[in-house]
Amino acid sequence: MSILINKDTKILVQGLTGKTGTFHTEQALAYHGTQMVGGIHPKKGGTTWTSENGDSKGTELPVFATVKEGKAETGADASVVYVPPAGAAAAIIEAIEAEVGLIICITEGVPVRDMVNVKARLQDSNSRLVGPNCPGLLTPNECKIGIMPGTIFKKGSVGVVSRSGTLTYEAVYQTTMAGLGQTTAVGIGGDPVKGTEFIDVLDLFLDDAETESIIMIGEIGGSAEEEASEWLTEQAAKGRKKPMAGFIAGRTAPPGRTMGHAGAVISGGKGGAEDKITAMEAAGIVVSPSPAKLGETLLKAIG
Amino acid sequence: MNIHEYQAKKLLEGFGIPISKGEPVLAASDIDSAVDSMPGPVYVVKSQIHAGGRGKGTFKELAADAKGGVRVSFSADEAKANAHEMFGKTLVTQQTGPAGKQVNRLYIEDGADIETELYLSILVDRETSLFSFVASTEGGMDIEAVAHDTPEKIHTVGIDTLKGITDADVEKLNKAFELTGVAAEDGKTLFPALYKAFVESDMSLLEVNPLVVLKDGHLRVLDAKVSFDGNAMFRQAALADLRDETEEDEKELEASKYDLAYIALDGDIGCMVNGAGLAMATMDIIKLYGAEPANFLDVGGGATTEKVTAAFKIITSDPNVKGILVNIFGGIMRCDVIAQGVVQAVQDVGLSVPLVVRLEGTKVKEGKDIINNSDLNVIAADDLDDAAQKIVKAVKG
Repeated sequence: MSILINKDTKILVQGLTGKTGTFHTEQALAYHGTQMVGGIHPKKGGTTWTSENGDSKGTELPVFATVKEGKAETGADASVVYVPPAGAAAAIIEAIEAEVGLIICITEGVPVRDMVNVKARLQDSNSRLVGPNCPGLLTPNECKIGIMPGTIFKKGSVGVVSRSGTLTYEAVYQTTMAGLGQTTAVGIGGDPVKGTEFIDVLDLFLDDAETESIIMIGEIGGSAEEEASEWLTEQAAKGRKKPMAGFIAGRTAPPGRTMGHAGAVISGGKGGAEDKITAMEAAGIVVSPSPAKLGETLLKAIG
Repeated sequence: MNIHEYQAKKLLEGFGIPISKGEPVLAASDIDSAVDSMPGPVYVVKSQIHAGGRGKGTFKELAADAKGGVRVSFSADEAKANAHEMFGKTLVTQQTGPAGKQVNRLYIEDGADIETELYLSILVDRETSLFSFVASTEGGMDIEAVAHDTPEKIHTVGIDTLKGITDADVEKLNKAFELTGVAAEDGKTLFPALYKAFVESDMSLLEVNPLVVLKDGHLRVLDAKVSFDGNAMFRQAALADLRDETEEDEKELEASKYDLAYIALDGDIGCMVNGAGLAMATMDIIKLYGAEPANFLDVGGGATTEKVTAAFKIITSDPNVKGILVNIFGGIMRCDVIAQGVVQAVQDVGLSVPLVVRLEGTKVKEGKDIINNSDLNVIAADDLDDAAQKIVKAVKG
C-alpha cells in the first residue's frame, strides 16, 4: 500500500510543454511507467507532445486546451502544475474547478496573495492540493509525481513527510541505506500558505497498513510542527501511533531573515527551531540533531 | 522587500489613508528647506532606516547622552539642529545589531496632538491562511512584549478572502480598539483602506504602531512599517523603485542579481547548497561539529553553471571564509552542472582555502567525474556527515 498515489494514478501535466514540465514528465514516464496521460496548454489543445530523451523517448501524450477536457478524455485523477509563478494559482484553480482529486504544484515563487485565494477555493471543493514550492510525491516502483530523483528510493515501510525538498531526499536515501525503504514520500513545500499540512499526511500514514514508521522533517517558521505534535499526542491517546523520527532545519538561522523558503522565517519571537523540537519530543518523536542521521534515528525509534 | 517609513506613508496616502504632513530628506543640504516648508510649531525628525526601535536607539558618533533616532522639536531651529546632528550618523537600535545602520535619509514630520496610541497590523495568518488584522489598545509599545505579558489585549480579526472586509469586521476592529464617535466613524473608511492597500500592493506585513486618535477625535497613521511579498514583485513594478540598496548587505545584493538566496553570517565556513532546507541543515551540522557557518546559500533548483560560478565567487569574496563546503543532493539540480560551475569558478578566481565537495542524486557520477578529472585540490566526501566533519577538520585543524 501507499498513500495518495500508486500505480493506477493517472496524471495530467499543467505546463507540460515548457522546459521544466517536459524534463520531469520524461523522467516520470521512465520511472516504472508512471501513468502520465496528457498535458494542458490553453493554446496548444489538439497537438501531441513527444518525449525526446531517456527511456521514455518516443512516448507521445495528447495535449488538451483545458483541464476539464483533459480529465474527461483521459480519466485522470491527478494533476501536476509546472506553470510559472504568475499563472500557477490560475492553473490550480482551473484544476479545482475541474474537480481533479489530487493537485500537486511544484512551482516555486507563487505570491502569497494568490495562495490565500487558492486556499479559500479549496474549502468545500473535491480537491486536495500538495504544495506549492514542493518536490511532489513518490511511491516507490509505482508512481512519481514531481521532481524527486527516483534512483534513491526503495519499496519499503517508511512514510516520509517534509517541508523541504532536498531534506526529503536525505531522508529517503538514508532509509534506503538503512534497508527500510519507503511507502510514499510527500514533500508538502516551503511556503507559508500551502495546500497540505503535516497533519493531513500524518493522518494518511497512520491509516496506511504498510507504513510501519514515519519520518517528519520540518523547518523554522510558523507553527505547523507544534500543531502536528499536539495532534499526534491526541491520536496516540486513542491508540493511533507509529514510531517516528524527526528533524528541524534552521537551528542556526538568525531571526527575522527568510531562509530561502518563503515560509522559513523566525518572526515576532515565534517559529524558532527549539520550540518545535521540544513539541515534537513531547509527542514521542525521536528528533535527530543531525540531518545525516535520519535513518539511524528512525532505527532507534523503531527499537 | 522592506521600504522606509516615508515611502510607506506615501503609498498609504495614495489609498486615502490619513497621515501627517511630512518631507523626506535625502541630502544634508536639503534639511533647512524641508523644515521651512513645514507649518510647525512642532516638528518630528525621524531617522529612516530599515529597523525598528529607532526612538530608543543611540548614535555611535554622538555622546552617550545624546537624544535618539526620533526627535520631537519645538521650533524650526531646533528641528534643523537635530536633523543636522543625526544625518549621516550610525544609529544602533535593538534590531540593527551592534554595527548599527547609517542614517542616509531623514523624514521631517508635522507634530500631532495625540489623545491615545493604538497598535494595528495586517499580516498573513499561517494557521488560518487568511489575511488578518491584529489590533490592540497598547499602541507605541513593543507588541511582542504585550503579546507575551497580556495576551488578552491582542485581538485578531481574520478577513474572509472571497468576501473581503465587511461591516462586521470593521465593527469588531472598532470594538477591539475601543473606538467611539468620530474615531469609530473614521474606522469605517480607514480599516477597509488599509486592507485594500495591503492586498493590492502584495504586502506581507503592514504594521501601524502607533495608530493614533488625535485630540480632535480623528484617526491618523503615525508610523508605518511595510514589507512586500518578494514573490509578487513581478506584478508590482512601481514598488521596485522604492528599494534602497544601501540598506542591504553588499554580498546579498550581488547574490540577488543572480537570483541566489544568500544570507551573510558571522562564521568561517562558506556553504553552497541546493535547497533551502538542506542549506539550513548544512549550517546546523557545521555548528554541530563545532564550527560556524559563514553564510546561508541556496543555489536553487534551476541553477546554471554561470549562477554556480557567481555563487562561488560571492562565497570566496568573504574574507572570513577559511573553508568551503559544497553540499548538493540533486533533484532538479544536476550534479554535473554544479561540478562545472565549481571548476569554472576556481579557474576564474583561484582557491586559497580548503574545499570539501559532497555530491548525491541526479547525475552524481558525471559530477564526480568532472571534479576528479579537474586538477582542483578538492576533498571528496561520501555523505553529509563525512562532509561536515572533513570541512570542520580542514578549517580547525
